[in-house]
Amino acid sequence: MATTAASSAPPSGGAQVWLKRLRSGDEVARLITLVFASIILVLTVGLVYQLWATSSMPRHKFGFTFLTSSLWNPVTGQFGALPFIYGTVVTSAIALLIAVPLGVGAAIFLSELAPPRISSLFTFFIELLAAVPSVIYGLLAIFTLVPLMRDYVEPFLKKTLGVVPVFGGAIYGFGYLTAAVILAVMTLPFIISISREALLEVPTEQREAALALGATRWESTWQAVVPYARLGIFGSIFLALARALGETMAVTMVIGNDPSIHASLFAPGYTIAAVIANEFAEASGDLHVQSLVELGLVLFLLTIMINALARLLIIATTRRGSAQS
Amino acid sequence: MTLRNRWRKTLSYIMLSLTGVCAVVAVAILFLILGYLVYNGWRSVDWNFLTKLPKSPGETGGGMANAIVGSFQIILLATVIGLPIGFMAGVYLSEFGGKTFAFLVRYMADLLNGVPSIVIGIFAYAVVVIPMHGNSASAGGLALAVMLIPITARSTEQFMSSVPQTLREGALALGASKWKTIATVVVPAAHRGIATGMILGVARIAGEAAPLLFTSGNNDYISSGFSQPTASLPVMIFLRATSPYDDWHRQAWAAGMVLLLLVLFANIAARLILSRGIAVQR
Amino acid sequence: MKKSSVWLGVFSALAILLAVAQAKVLINAAGATFPYPIYGKWFEEFARKNGDVQINYQSIGSGGGIRQFSEGTVDFGASDMPMTDEQIGKFKNKPLHFPTVLGGIVPTYNIPGVTQELKFTPEALVGIYLGKIKKWNDPELTKANPGVRLPDNEIVVVHRSEGSGTSFVFTDYLSKVSPEWKSKVGVNSAVSWPCGIGGKGNEGVTGVVKQTPNSIGYVELIYALQNKMAYGWVRNSSGTYLKADLDSVTEAAASVANTMPADFRVTITNPPGKKAYPIATFTWLLIPSKVEDAGKQKAITAFLHWMLADGQKFAAPLGYAPLPKDVVAKEEKQITLIK
Repeated sequence: MATTAASSAPPSGGAQVWLKRLRSGDEVARLITLVFASIILVLTVGLVYQLWATSSMPRHKFGFTFLTSSLWNPVTGQFGALPFIYGTVVTSAIALLIAVPLGVGAAIFLSELAPPRISSLFTFFIELLAAVPSVIYGLLAIFTLVPLMRDYVEPFLKKTLGVVPVFGGAIYGFGYLTAAVILAVMTLPFIISISREALLEVPTEQREAALALGATRWESTWQAVVPYARLGIFGSIFLALARALGETMAVTMVIGNDPSIHASLFAPGYTIAAVIANEFAEASGDLHVQSLVELGLVLFLLTIMINALARLLIIATTRRGSAQS
Repeated sequence: MTLRNRWRKTLSYIMLSLTGVCAVVAVAILFLILGYLVYNGWRSVDWNFLTKLPKSPGETGGGMANAIVGSFQIILLATVIGLPIGFMAGVYLSEFGGKTFAFLVRYMADLLNGVPSIVIGIFAYAVVVIPMHGNSASAGGLALAVMLIPITARSTEQFMSSVPQTLREGALALGASKWKTIATVVVPAAHRGIATGMILGVARIAGEAAPLLFTSGNNDYISSGFSQPTASLPVMIFLRATSPYDDWHRQAWAAGMVLLLLVLFANIAARLILSRGIAVQR
Repeated sequence: MKKSSVWLGVFSALAILLAVAQAKVLINAAGATFPYPIYGKWFEEFARKNGDVQINYQSIGSGGGIRQFSEGTVDFGASDMPMTDEQIGKFKNKPLHFPTVLGGIVPTYNIPGVTQELKFTPEALVGIYLGKIKKWNDPELTKANPGVRLPDNEIVVVHRSEGSGTSFVFTDYLSKVSPEWKSKVGVNSAVSWPCGIGGKGNEGVTGVVKQTPNSIGYVELIYALQNKMAYGWVRNSSGTYLKADLDSVTEAAASVANTMPADFRVTITNPPGKKAYPIATFTWLLIPSKVEDAGKQKAITAFLHWMLADGQKFAAPLGYAPLPKDVVAKEEKQITLIK
């Protein structure tokens, strides 16, 4: 390669440098690692392409009514995604309703009040919670959470709040509420960990300024520190939401597997991830399989949108470093 | 002190105590989970469990040898494919990356990280199971590798970028080429972090069941080679937990305990390596 | 780093060793959960007798069995629902149905405080699964069970969440005894259930019923027996209440003794006959008529011969009824069609 350069007119400065780098192995190294890095691109593009291509049948047949139809009947060939979208959204929303107060509260404690050693110890344990596999949460949920909900929590809610249809209806133990509770437990560590980091970034001046003005410890925290970190906290919430939307095993084991929409939280339902897990291996007929793939596509789009939002918010806290009030 | 101030002080005390309660609850959950699994599982981890194959439904005395070996097979494949690719991609992002291409790769890696694992299972099904006409450890291994690559790439990049520039400049000043600098100076300097990232990544994929459900499937025997359906601990836990047999429930608890202890051990070891600076043997 | 590479080496060696060590004929099968207890036993016994054959059966439901068999991702399938003409039409070489055993579907329930065996009229089962009969002390149930104190609790209905041959047989029975069920829900492996929770496989339904008070589910007899769960008597077309057992299920097959079609695809729900159990069925293995691999072809035919002879002896202890003799004879002839 170098010889061709010598035989013709002397190469320009840039090519000379390139050749030098090639000989020293740097260019080779760059190219090799570039190839590996582009594998990531190939995989992502391939994934999106596969999801798109393998869902062509239901997309052409149903179009947008796939998203609005609530009838899922493999036998008659009618596939509508609404019950699954509903179940996914409801369980995730309720999970956040439970996990956010708990998580932000714990994050406040760990960042503001706890002595540093307890704070790092507790955070260590909480981050271990994030490493517990989904199927183990499901295992525990079936044998401990479901009886708890069925025998104590749901009857209690029905007795006190039963006038509202959301808390009415038959009690199964399996259902939206139980799935939401286990999702709350699973998303809790993310909210705590990221919110805590966001809170730790708040400069002490904010805290001290509020205290100097006569605020109580709580008022200074809640009215000065937390709002400052709110972008990061929202980021953690969106991240938790994205994870909750895609959770499969634990939800499949406790949601009751009913592809219809119910108003009551005690009723059995279905989520997108759960129906794919249950029906994919045995879906009869191409339309059925492809409808499940289309559901996967819907879930994919939903999670990347929310993940993107989450990352924007988290980046905004670290980059800008100040929240507009 | 006025009434209002007394109220504000009390409120402060109450709210702050509540936050403490929240933190204690969160930590307590971990110990509840661990405790419950150990309590229900440790009696069932016996010789049968570790060495025998499953028996037909209703019979006792079976074990999960097929799932233990199967999990190793699948994870082995995933790490052999995923770790090198992720590592190299991370090296590119941290050392060679330009502006747009590196940004694109980073963006896609984060995207892949956020994809629900069941969707990755669909991808692996389309790409491996259909052409191979059957479930296989290869399909499961590929699915897990697709999850492992972005995790490893980003963590490798993170730790390599945090190596101070002065180290690189010093080596370059001494006449080393760029790749030599990376190989002999930067990577060793960041090796603890890189190793941690890899261990955490493998621990994460070891517990996944969703992408394996219709890629590697299940097998009542120890699978020979990578082109047969293969059992795995997470899938077995799922199947046993949803069955009615008490003996199978015991096995699910035992498998859950084994899996959780392995995952937690890996996580704790990784974090200790990183924080305490315990040298990893070369 | 060195330590981890040593471990890597150990495990790769193990994996390779395993790959080389086994020169067996490996057969993968999948399908019905209905006969899983006996299939599991059969494949285990057969492997013990013929050490070089390993049959891996995954109970994923009849729907899954038919689908994976059609796609060729398994070597043979199993189903309690005979394949439809449309499903058969997709094959280049026509697949063969081999009945293996007879089984009965029982209504199993979990009612706290009720230890007696309940009697179910067809109307009761239809009403419960339509969601019209909501409580256990509904008149339809109490009038058939005069001596039993049924509680004022809501019935938790459990059905199958995936494509199931058991569901097919159950809905076939319900359609035959109730025109309302037939028009509203119909017969199939996966229907639009008016109410209830879905369990995965016979195992899943049994599991849910076992843990959930006031629930009812339809499962194969052996699942209720093995888990010591209560199951009810069902009134048949002659008006007699019958429990599913060896005699009543065998009687159900007697009704098609002379009319068994050549391809063995038949349903025996709600048969005539005073002693016939109303919700019984054959269950089939779906075997390709052309097996590419010679080793697999030998193994499959050997298994089928064994199944029709020695295998039948395992049926009764597991609550299934063995095949009638004339069916066995016809099947022996069909084995020769497997090339």
